[in-house]
Amino acid sequence: MNTGIKPKHQRLVLVVIALAALVGAGLLAAWALRSQASYFYVPSEMQAAPPQVGQAVRLGGMVEQGSLKTLPDGVTISFVVQDGKARIPVRYAGIVPDLFVEGSGVVAEGRLDPAGTFVADTLLAKHDENYVPRELKDMTEAQAKAAVAETR
Amino acid sequence: MMRGGWKFWLPLALFAGFVVLVAVQLLDPAEREVESAMIGKPLPEFALRAASPDRPGLVTAELKDGKPHLLNIWASWCIPCAAEAPQLEILRRQGADVVGVAIRDRPEDVAAFLGRYGNPYSRLGADDLSEVQFGIGSSGVPETFVVDGKGIIRYQHIGEIRPEHVPMLLQKLKEAGA
Amino acid sequence: MIAEFGLAALWLAAALAALQLFAGASALRGGGAGQVSALVRPVAVVQGVLTALSFAALLLLFVRTDLSVKLVAANSHSAKPLIYKLAGAWGNHEGSMLLWVTVMAGMGALIALLERRLPERTMLATLATQAFVGLGFYAFLLFSSNPFERLPAPAPEGMGLNPLLQDIGLAFHPPTLYLGYVGLSLAFSFAVGALLTGEVGPAFARVMRPWVLLAWIFLTIGITAGSYWAYYELGWGGWWFWDPVENASLMPWLAGTALLHSASVLAARDALRAWTVMLGVVAFSMSMVGTFLVRSGILTSVHAFAVDPERGTFILVLLAIYIGGALTLFALRAGSIAEGERFSATSREGALVFNNVMLSAILGIVLLGTLYPLLTEAFGVKVSVGPPYFNPVSAIFAVPMLVVMAAGPLLRWRKDRLARVRGPLILIGLVFAALLAALLVWRPFGLLPLLGLTLSVPLAVASVLPLRGRDLRRLPLAVWGMVIAHFGLAVALFGMAADSALTVEKLAAAKIGDVTKVGPWTVELEGVEPVGGPNWIALEGRMSASYRGGKPIPIAPQSRSFWAPPQQTTESALLTRWNGQLYAVLGDETDDGRWQLRLWWKPFVTCIWFGGLLVALGGFLALLGRVATDLRRRVATHKIAVRKRELEKAQGQ
Repeated sequence: MNTGIKPKHQRLVLVVIALAALVGAGLLAAWALRSQASYFYVPSEMQAAPPQVGQAVRLGGMVEQGSLKTLPDGVTISFVVQDGKARIPVRYAGIVPDLFVEGSGVVAEGRLDPAGTFVADTLLAKHDENYVPRELKDMTEAQAKAAVAETR
Repeated sequence: MMRGGWKFWLPLALFAGFVVLVAVQLLDPAEREVESAMIGKPLPEFALRAASPDRPGLVTAELKDGKPHLLNIWASWCIPCAAEAPQLEILRRQGADVVGVAIRDRPEDVAAFLGRYGNPYSRLGADDLSEVQFGIGSSGVPETFVVDGKGIIRYQHIGEIRPEHVPMLLQKLKEAGA
Repeated sequence: MIAEFGLAALWLAAALAALQLFAGASALRGGGAGQVSALVRPVAVVQGVLTALSFAALLLLFVRTDLSVKLVAANSHSAKPLIYKLAGAWGNHEGSMLLWVTVMAGMGALIALLERRLPERTMLATLATQAFVGLGFYAFLLFSSNPFERLPAPAPEGMGLNPLLQDIGLAFHPPTLYLGYVGLSLAFSFAVGALLTGEVGPAFARVMRPWVLLAWIFLTIGITAGSYWAYYELGWGGWWFWDPVENASLMPWLAGTALLHSASVLAARDALRAWTVMLGVVAFSMSMVGTFLVRSGILTSVHAFAVDPERGTFILVLLAIYIGGALTLFALRAGSIAEGERFSATSREGALVFNNVMLSAILGIVLLGTLYPLLTEAFGVKVSVGPPYFNPVSAIFAVPMLVVMAAGPLLRWRKDRLARVRGPLILIGLVFAALLAALLVWRPFGLLPLLGLTLSVPLAVASVLPLRGRDLRRLPLAVWGMVIAHFGLAVALFGMAADSALTVEKLAAAKIGDVTKVGPWTVELEGVEPVGGPNWIALEGRMSASYRGGKPIPIAPQSRSFWAPPQQTTESALLTRWNGQLYAVLGDETDDGRWQLRLWWKPFVTCIWFGGLLVALGGFLALLGRVATDLRRRVATHKIAVRKRELEKAQGQ
């Protein structure tokens, strides 16, 4: 294989192949990230410019007081996520995370169905006093005001 | 340097890109935006009941007395608040008027905390719903605000007051009083 | 007193690190000023002892629940079981940073004590580098995260520990991972030391490799244990979430794995010099970057630690100095060390280079995916990156890597022909084809699980092929290590693929007495009762599960409530058989008195963690082999020296 090829050449070929593979990995990653990253929405954004039906996205907001219901099958729940400006109905089948309660912050991973309901695969609730999902941080001020207004 | 040495600079270039990206994020985090959003704005209107029997509650109107105040937001269940207590006492002795808001606290816990760590507050309001806390753009405890004599927020300090922060806060108070 | 003692020990250790750096650097510049250079090793050892004492002081404070110390008050509680009091010492930012410097100084002390095979100049440069890196972390600890800070008056009671973290597996998870992360600092220091003196060769690789191996074993165990923790504690049935914290531990592992393989090429064949040095720098850089991403709160995750932009800035500056400095040194010096031996593409080296490139590509993909949310946020768009990105994109590079991993160990060094290993290759290929055909006939699978299942078995076969025709009793431990580690990887791959291909999930609302079927299991809910523990109370679901109508086995998932701080967690119940695991979670009670149950039957899922442990065991055997060889050599040289002296004595008389 390497007979007749000068060492410098062999090294260069190796470096070029390795670089090509790594650059290829970078390009592939960039392309895949553009198509596979799931975008984060708050309810008002989702209402104004809804994502395509079936596209995986995240929805973050506050669980509206009095909206949490368990459907007759006993395992599917429905609730409304709101940010003070818009309300999005959400459906989730599964066991809700610890500390998931009305009035708390939540991030739902899932997709919109054709009827405009957000079908969640996963719910991430606020873990404890110290944890607010980064995406939620920007809106805590407005959010908290709304939440406080409701509990009064 | 030998020929083809350029390729050895690639890792450094990639790393430099990473540092720039992260530095941009670190220098411009969401928390700082909240801070700057409230500075120069008036305190929200509130009237809090007294959190401690021997101190009056806190009403916005009473803070507009022409003198600067240090508004400290704390809670008895917060360990850093205990750690900053001596600094608040020093600030009080140096002539600062320290007023407090206790967040989601019970009267007996407040009394126990003040008994243990001292009471530097001239007024102490109880904020059971975190109403004032959120209204003033604070996201946690402890936080300390410099408020001027017209009730305008001049400075926001996030986290506990450490000894090295005391001169800076006194300076801010002085500026607010000028 | 204990807290002051711990702090004093820490300051003293930091001062010694400065001395170690100064002495090492001046000895290097002076070209071997005997007295100064003689200081370096003892100072490194004392520094290691001092940090160990400091850490012991912190542990003692937690054991005594000394509530006058801020860290203890914030992270412990007098009602907590002893083991979690201890775990509280490192389950927070300050304590874990103290653990970081303790491990770092301890590792430095170990090489100062044990490592005598490198040229002394390189050794001095290495120890000086280790001290230089250590200094930054001492500064970080002492100036911005002092773990021994006192409260003005003792708190009446501690604020507890996140109950999610109150788990025996997790209690020992951070120390294990840290031994791995920080252990890689030795690779960094060796690499920088060798760059400084220009002595990059087989001797350097032989010295560095066992230390990397040691760190890598802990990393492997740490990642495996962390994955199992997430699996049973989070109650989501998943075992890897591509969460930033998990990625932070995976990236150094990928770099470390590549480093181990390239170091063996350098040790055996004196090739890949510059590449190995760079990986040495990159591996520990990944540890630091990972820690930074987690600690700064720049990427939050389900494992969230304290968030503090000031600390983030501090660590970023450290990163810029250390990684930037090392990479600059590399760029300046690599040109002069790059020449090495040649080899053909079809050779052991060729396969290892391929493995290295693929591992680096996967590392790049994980790093890009982890950083992408940061990048888009700079442009005001918020995204999260999850399995739909990581799984397929990393598989594109993992699959060819695994294929080459099957063939590589069969090849000879330097130059080989594929025709020579035609027999084994055909065997592996046949196993693959037969399995693929069988699975295609059986039922439809997703592409990735199908590939995983069909690759895992031939990989397992291929991994033991290097044993054929060898005398198993006289085989070096290093070869056993390689075989077992590769076999473990195949086992883990099988577990991952089987989990995603064959898992059956059932979500039900059951009344007491109801029977739920999931896969081959029937599960009856017999009752739900309150139970209590040292610092929690729980609702416990009493269930009995029977496999294909066999004897019923009791299982009891819980929904726990802790009271300091008040918080709820889900405790899943696991029932393990040789061929898989039944996973049960108890949810809330519905309005009409039914209980939510979530059940999974996960065939062969345990293979994931057994595989991971086998990989670690393989590493351990290789390390053991290396240590045994060293000991034997030491004994032999000692004997020779003794005999020589005796001979001289005899001649002198």
